[in-house]
Amino acid sequence: MTAMTSARPTTGPSSPRARLQAFAHLHRSATIIASMVLITVAMILLPQVPPLSFIQRSDAWYDTFANAGVFILLAMGLNVVVGLAGLLDLGYAAFFAIGSYTYAYSNSPFSHQNLPFLPMLAVGAAVAAVFGIALGAPTLRLRGDYLAIMTLGFGEIVPIMFLNLDKWTEGTNGIGGIFRPEPLPLLGEFTPLSPFAYYILSVMIVTLAMILLYRMQDSRIGRAWNAIREDELAAAANGINTVTTKLLAFAIGATTAGFAGVFNASKLTIVSPEQFLFAVSFSVLAMVILGGMGNIWGVAAGAFVVYLIQIVLLKQLNGIVENLNVPFLTKVNFLDYQYLLFGIALVLMMLFRPEGLFPSQRRRRELHIADELEGPIDEPGVIGSMGETPGADETFNEAAGEDVPGHDR
Amino acid sequence: MTAIASPAAQPNPLSRGIRMTVIAVVAVVAYMLILWVLLFGLGGRTVANAFPEALQQTVNALSIGAIYALIALGYTMVYGIIELINFAHGDIFMLGAFLATVFIAGITGNNDAVTNIPLLIVLLLGALVFTMPIIGLLNVGIERAVYRPLRHAPRLAPLITAVGVSFILQNVALTIAGSGDRKSPQIFPLDWTIPIGGAQVSILSIFIFVLAMLLMLALQAFVSRTRLGRAMRATAQDQEASALMGVDANQTISLTFLIGGVLAAAAGLVWGLRFGFVRFDLGFNSGLKAFTAAVLGGIGNITGAVIGGFIIGFIENGAASLGYSRWSEFLVFVILTLVLLFKPTGILGQLTGDRA
Amino acid sequence: MTAAAEVLRAKKVTKRFGGLVAVNAIDFTIPEKSIVSLIGPNGAGKTTFFNIIAGIYDPTDGAIEFRDLTMIAHARRAWMEPVLWVAIPAVLGILTALIGVAGAPQGTVILGIFITILALLASLVTGVARGPAYQRFLARFGIFRSARPNDMVVAGLGRTFQNIRLFQNMTALENVQVGMHSRLRAGWYDALLSTPRNRHEEAFSRARAEELLELVGLRGEGANLAKNLPYGDQRRLEIARALASNPVLLLLDEPTAGMNPNETAGLTALIGRLRRDLGLTILLIEHDMKVVMGISDRVTVLDHGEKIAEGTPEEIRRDPKVIEAYLGAPAE
Repeated sequence: MTAMTSARPTTGPSSPRARLQAFAHLHRSATIIASMVLITVAMILLPQVPPLSFIQRSDAWYDTFANAGVFILLAMGLNVVVGLAGLLDLGYAAFFAIGSYTYAYSNSPFSHQNLPFLPMLAVGAAVAAVFGIALGAPTLRLRGDYLAIMTLGFGEIVPIMFLNLDKWTEGTNGIGGIFRPEPLPLLGEFTPLSPFAYYILSVMIVTLAMILLYRMQDSRIGRAWNAIREDELAAAANGINTVTTKLLAFAIGATTAGFAGVFNASKLTIVSPEQFLFAVSFSVLAMVILGGMGNIWGVAAGAFVVYLIQIVLLKQLNGIVENLNVPFLTKVNFLDYQYLLFGIALVLMMLFRPEGLFPSQRRRRELHIADELEGPIDEPGVIGSMGETPGADETFNEAAGEDVPGHDR
Repeated sequence: MTAIASPAAQPNPLSRGIRMTVIAVVAVVAYMLILWVLLFGLGGRTVANAFPEALQQTVNALSIGAIYALIALGYTMVYGIIELINFAHGDIFMLGAFLATVFIAGITGNNDAVTNIPLLIVLLLGALVFTMPIIGLLNVGIERAVYRPLRHAPRLAPLITAVGVSFILQNVALTIAGSGDRKSPQIFPLDWTIPIGGAQVSILSIFIFVLAMLLMLALQAFVSRTRLGRAMRATAQDQEASALMGVDANQTISLTFLIGGVLAAAAGLVWGLRFGFVRFDLGFNSGLKAFTAAVLGGIGNITGAVIGGFIIGFIENGAASLGYSRWSEFLVFVILTLVLLFKPTGILGQLTGDRA
Repeated sequence: MTAAAEVLRAKKVTKRFGGLVAVNAIDFTIPEKSIVSLIGPNGAGKTTFFNIIAGIYDPTDGAIEFRDLTMIAHARRAWMEPVLWVAIPAVLGILTALIGVAGAPQGTVILGIFITILALLASLVTGVARGPAYQRFLARFGIFRSARPNDMVVAGLGRTFQNIRLFQNMTALENVQVGMHSRLRAGWYDALLSTPRNRHEEAFSRARAEELLELVGLRGEGANLAKNLPYGDQRRLEIARALASNPVLLLLDEPTAGMNPNETAGLTALIGRLRRDLGLTILLIEHDMKVVMGISDRVTVLDHGEKIAEGTPEEIRRDPKVIEAYLGAPAE
């Protein structure tokens, strides 16, 4: 028996990087707060200096960053569903819409209500969660594919409902003139002209969400998500109630979208059905995939980068091309091509780098089937290879492949 | 594992066929009567003028149902064989509609109806012969290029890829054709009707229904009687076992995508004739409805997809005739929810993995 | 073994896949603290039977009683279950609508809607969680749904798979912690708030997992990924994972398959120890006759889905029907 346990190098915290990682794992929340403070300060300073200061004024940058915060939240929420639990939610924008409309009803001339902002954050999230559970519970008892189509349908009909029920939603015009949040301590007033308060608020919400999501991921439930994603039958055979565990992931995703929706509505001060079409769900999915499914930091970074590409880079490209006066390209609006680019990027990522740009170690291992013992490898394209898991004992490993549940002979 | 069911596998195919035909006829007549009642109950018509309208709408419903059924077949066959929801299939249909439009408009050069019957037949056949192989091969090409490398990847990967492909196809159409409706020449005269009991029954609708039924019968015969069709069913049952028996899984899967694409192209052609426009996001809505049809009938089941397609067509048409057309998506979604809640296996489906 | 309590009783269990009868009317019992082996040629229906016991398949006919509760049988009136989910909220919704039409104040109607939604959520969540109380509630309406694999684990059953199904990309320690899932109580709120209970349970589960790894002979391997362990160790890890739920009955599906004689001997000793030290009852599917005859109290032989013999290893060794099934002797 002792002969079987061959000596393997133990990965002790030897290098400074490994030690830092170990520390970060142990003091997760503190690390997140410290990192976010650093990033926030950097992002306050960077827009003051070139090259960012050339592109737009610093207030405009803060506005951009605050909006990016919405998409970071959305991406982190969808990551729980797609990246952690391994489910596909194609109607994520619907929960975003529900959060947004909830805030619109609580704070607009249309509804004659003016309720405080912070409690509404929780209410919006809760309403979205209710819809998430009501949609997820009947669907998640079935095989995973049904969730994809169910959410796709839900994502389509929610905007249609907001459009059709015009008596209660003002239809296509949407609900406008939504009140901004009341002044908050430390942040001051929320005004359209100085978006700094929004920026800080968005950073705070993102930080809070990140801490909570990391706690979920590191808990017993996060482990269960991993297990379900790897082998659902084995997870069930080890006592995990796969339905409720998946439902929890789905509900957390919806809740996060509800949060983002409330913040978004309070910032835009208008909600209308066309803000929540499938393109939004698709963009957020692309953010999660590009960032790296399963890695919370990676997904946040992915969302930030993709959002900046959408909002700043493509717009700048239009301006640059116009200034250069290239005869053919001036007619091209690069913003029109963004979804085409996303689609192509998504497919290429799935084919060649499914673990995303900022992968989580675990997902990289899962998605690249044949790369163990060699250490992390960088060349793409191994996902399709038929290799079984090459364990240390290859001769005995023919049985270790995936077999189809429900077939035992 | 889902299986592509076939009447030939049943003990007595002929009597089953007759029974199903009878049920179908009864269902259609029942729909017509219900619509009649609803039209003067809710729609404010008189009893007398509600009947012709109900008859006309029933024939229209058959034609819409036929279109959905043709699309749904592509979903159900692909799901049956590789258990992938091919989100791009609706967009394949959309491209089929575009291609048919381009072909017909390119030849006739205007949007007028063609009243010369031989010429019309040549044009329609030409459009079918032109679009079907191109769209079918495009579908096969997509499978080759992006789904096949991911066949052994974790389940999520091909699903996400399919969504990506769907978005690419949509945006290619958007880039080329713009975001508005593009007019599709309605060469089949809309004013050709058969007068029955005060109703003007559209011959175009009948033509669409008959064409779709012919295609479906051809598919049924192919699947149950030919060697390749049997290979398809075997692969759907158990890919590994059929590979051991010498069935080439890759070839079979390609064939499935080819047939799905061909049927979607036919659906695209008749869509243009029927509605007179094409648009880049056509595939998204119709695809969702067609997929619902496939689930309703029992995913993986060819006959089920056809039945589901007609049911969805009837519901949509019924809602439209009563003046609730903007609620049709909502209705379809409600149906999807109810089916998944109460009978996830669909009308004809076998047991799918509820427990394991 | 006279009058020993029985952990598991299978009553006329039948499973048909389409036209194929995989398991045919099998009666079978497992006495407490015994080691029972299930043997038979390939395709005899052993694993199907196993999967029925573990809650993966519904039997076509018959029932499984586990610790004196009927856990598994063919579903009865399953279609009524979702009807029940919708019924209560629907009644509440209609009541709300009625009082609304009757002119109740707006606040009351909103309260009614609120209660309806809460009822819908509660019934859906209870429905998908399917706890024991809910199962009893269903029984009142004549509805029976078999226990799912996770329900069987909660009831006290642990299992391993014929083709090892570890969570390959998780560490050995995490695999065992997953096995403990059903015995831990910290919920999502504990995780979000990082409550003392959560931290205590995490520490406890790590310590317990280390113990279990040591028990199966994998001391110090906790940080390794499951897929990097040698084959024999993977088998052991799967046993540790199954033990983590504190099972009463342990199902082992060909635990020594693919092992060399050395490893087999080690594992056989381990199985014996599990019964002796932990008081477990063990059901074993095994091809290696040396293992079967060495540690079993009773042996049941399946062939073509039928039980053809049952008895002590000695009796089985001499049974002519068994010899025929294995050696393929000419028909009678």
